[in-house]
Amino acid sequence: MIGFIFRRLSAAIPTLILVSLFVFTLQKLLPGDPVLAMAGEERDPQVLEYLRDKYRLNDPIAMQYLHWVGDVLQGDFGRSMRTEQPVTQLLLSKLPVTLQLAAWSLMFAMLIGIPAGIIAAVRKGTRVDYGVNVLALSGISIPNFWLGLLLILLFAVKLQWLPASGFVPFSEDPLRNLQTMLMPAFVLGASLAGTLMRHTRSAMLEVLRSDYVRTARAKGLMPRVVILKHALRNALMPIVTLSTLLFGELLGGAVLTEQVFSLPGFGKMIVDAVFNRDYAVVQGVVLCVGIGFILLNLLADVLYRLINPRMRTSA
Amino acid sequence: MKHLLAFTGVTLLLACSQAMAAPATLRIGIQDDPDMLDPHRSRTYAGRLVYTALCDKLVETDADLQFIPRLATAWEWSEDGKTLTMNLREGVTFHDGEPFDAEAVKFNLDRARTLPDSQRKSELSSVESVEATAPTTVTIHLKKPDATLIAQLSDRSGMMLAPKAAAGADYASKPVCSGPYEFVERVQQDRIVLKKYDGYWNKDVFHFDRVVFMPIPDTSVRLANLRSGDLDMIERVAPTDVKSAKADAKLKVYSTPGLGFMEMVVNIDNGSKAQNPLGQDKRVRQALELSLDRDAINQVVFEGLYIPANQALSPSSPFFDKTKTIPARDPEKARALLGEAGVKMPFPIDLKVANNPIAQQIGQIIQAMAQESGFQVNLIAGEYATQLSEQQAGNFQVALYNWSGRPDPDGNLHQFVTCKAPLNDARYCNPKVDELLNEARVRNGLEERKALYAQAQEILVDEAPYIYLFFDPRLFVARGDLQNFQPQPDGLIRLENVRLAP
Repeated sequence: MIGFIFRRLSAAIPTLILVSLFVFTLQKLLPGDPVLAMAGEERDPQVLEYLRDKYRLNDPIAMQYLHWVGDVLQGDFGRSMRTEQPVTQLLLSKLPVTLQLAAWSLMFAMLIGIPAGIIAAVRKGTRVDYGVNVLALSGISIPNFWLGLLLILLFAVKLQWLPASGFVPFSEDPLRNLQTMLMPAFVLGASLAGTLMRHTRSAMLEVLRSDYVRTARAKGLMPRVVILKHALRNALMPIVTLSTLLFGELLGGAVLTEQVFSLPGFGKMIVDAVFNRDYAVVQGVVLCVGIGFILLNLLADVLYRLINPRMRTSA
Repeated sequence: MKHLLAFTGVTLLLACSQAMAAPATLRIGIQDDPDMLDPHRSRTYAGRLVYTALCDKLVETDADLQFIPRLATAWEWSEDGKTLTMNLREGVTFHDGEPFDAEAVKFNLDRARTLPDSQRKSELSSVESVEATAPTTVTIHLKKPDATLIAQLSDRSGMMLAPKAAAGADYASKPVCSGPYEFVERVQQDRIVLKKYDGYWNKDVFHFDRVVFMPIPDTSVRLANLRSGDLDMIERVAPTDVKSAKADAKLKVYSTPGLGFMEMVVNIDNGSKAQNPLGQDKRVRQALELSLDRDAINQVVFEGLYIPANQALSPSSPFFDKTKTIPARDPEKARALLGEAGVKMPFPIDLKVANNPIAQQIGQIIQAMAQESGFQVNLIAGEYATQLSEQQAGNFQVALYNWSGRPDPDGNLHQFVTCKAPLNDARYCNPKVDELLNEARVRNGLEERKALYAQAQEILVDEAPYIYLFFDPRLFVARGDLQNFQPQPDGLIRLENVRLAP
């Protein structure tokens, strides 16, 4: 297992180099001058020139890239051009928010999506199945920001049960932290639950048709045991893949949800950074998310092996 | 039982005293996240909102835009207008305990003038040297008389940072000033927390223990947060939200005409896009202006809350020119002017607008109005940062542009319309205008300057390189029990005497 993890990690290095190259060059293709975007209303030509020099914007792109990669390898992601805060510090301050939101959303998604998918598969073709499908589809189709605004109106403005937006760190006030997370996590989770439910349903349907399930039923096992122990365990494979991928996507930041609920996570940071042409921040976030994605893929593979003993020997 | 009663009594008392001592926090929802918190280097308007509580400046402005003492208690000009002597307030300390004196003023003005990435250099360009003539007297020597200097010292150029802290590398993330509130922490895109500075010279008029600025870009979310009690006050309220906020008995709406304006910049001589009748013939620009009904745009887009403009100086400024009435829409006359200019109708123009709903809506209305006057407007909506750099590079014909406004008229005119000015994207150049505006810089009398600005604006209205559309009002909404808040033309939130009703 350890050899496997090691091999997978070393295979990730070329991927990371490609990711960093892409981010770096794509950004440079964006129209708009970062220094001018930063200058806003003040445009002293001397100062603009000084800043272009300071951030090496006059160097050839290849040189800029090498400089950046060199710094990153030494653990220095640079500083935000806009606020001068070190990017590493920014990443560390946003990571807990994003991780927490991703974890809670995924939990909501799994708690709703997987049971709903099982029920729909077991009751295939009945009203229950259609009902669950309609719910799932609406979960996927309702725009996040709209659902978010509706929830704010109901729970924050009308009922005043939950704070409308913002974030309180868990270490500062655990209860308040959960309150601020509840609505955004639900909004995100609801849209993912739909996807998860559809996949669970189809995976379950396939497994339920297989011979060993029929055998298990024929042995006279209780339907609950057949479904949860025999069928679900085998149907879990695609669900695990999907969940880890969804988690990876969530790490990239839930831009709209974070915007509506004013959560200071990766999504909000990267959007602001792109608009301000704050190159160092964009590069830092994308690279960080890239690493996260690669680790999650690895996690999915490791989980496969734990769930499915057959795969342990194949590698 | 007796013990129990006594115990309950004591607990109750404790609870009460705790409730009374609970720190009073004011949470202000602001539209965007400030950039670096260093007054000499920062650029955003949001930053100025924070500085108002954090960093005191030499001179303050009141609601009528008159200059009043702050860290400078009095000032005096020499006969020739080339020396400014300021007396400084005694007993003032910075948040780190460093004393504020003439040396500190010299340090700050020199820093703002010489730091390589200082954004204040052009504001202080008239200063030749600064001299600490006594512990509480500072003398500023100028290269030439500068009527705008006091105005500059009433803003970021006049903000005083603690010299020792400002010499450090991390100043922008841990600012140290001498204002009524000191810096506690900042979480980017989330909040900036300040707490009351115990050593402040005038601390009795500040009633909140903490002030928290929370950037929330979406206007409706900002209002929802105020409604739910998660904020106490919001700024830059969307005009479309004002009606519902007014209907809410728990909220109070504040409004005052601002200093900023919205205008159409016409490319007069900035590259090849200027080589067409719109850039070359003022009659075509006059026709474009005559095709507009500012009141209609105001009603449709801004619920009638904006103030139609055809000059750069706002009605809240003492320099406002009352004689410049806004021309009524006149499509017939516009067509006649286009005919005189010999252009073929419909005359095509490209109008650049930012890709936000408000700018796009205005663009669409202008498009419809101009069509009836013989123009064919192509709207090009793009991201604002891109628009700015294209504007500067001359890649535009007409662009919709916003300016946040300055208290001194010079800041709203000189840098846009004089021949070599940094913000003159139109590359408009008229030596007569330069002469008048340069003259207005060195004169000190209000009436004298006012006359010069009026003359310059007479030419600008006629030649129309910039077609002014609106002054934006400063709109705030706060909880109903907030007392003594006075909105001011610069839109900054001054917290003197502001408190919650007991």
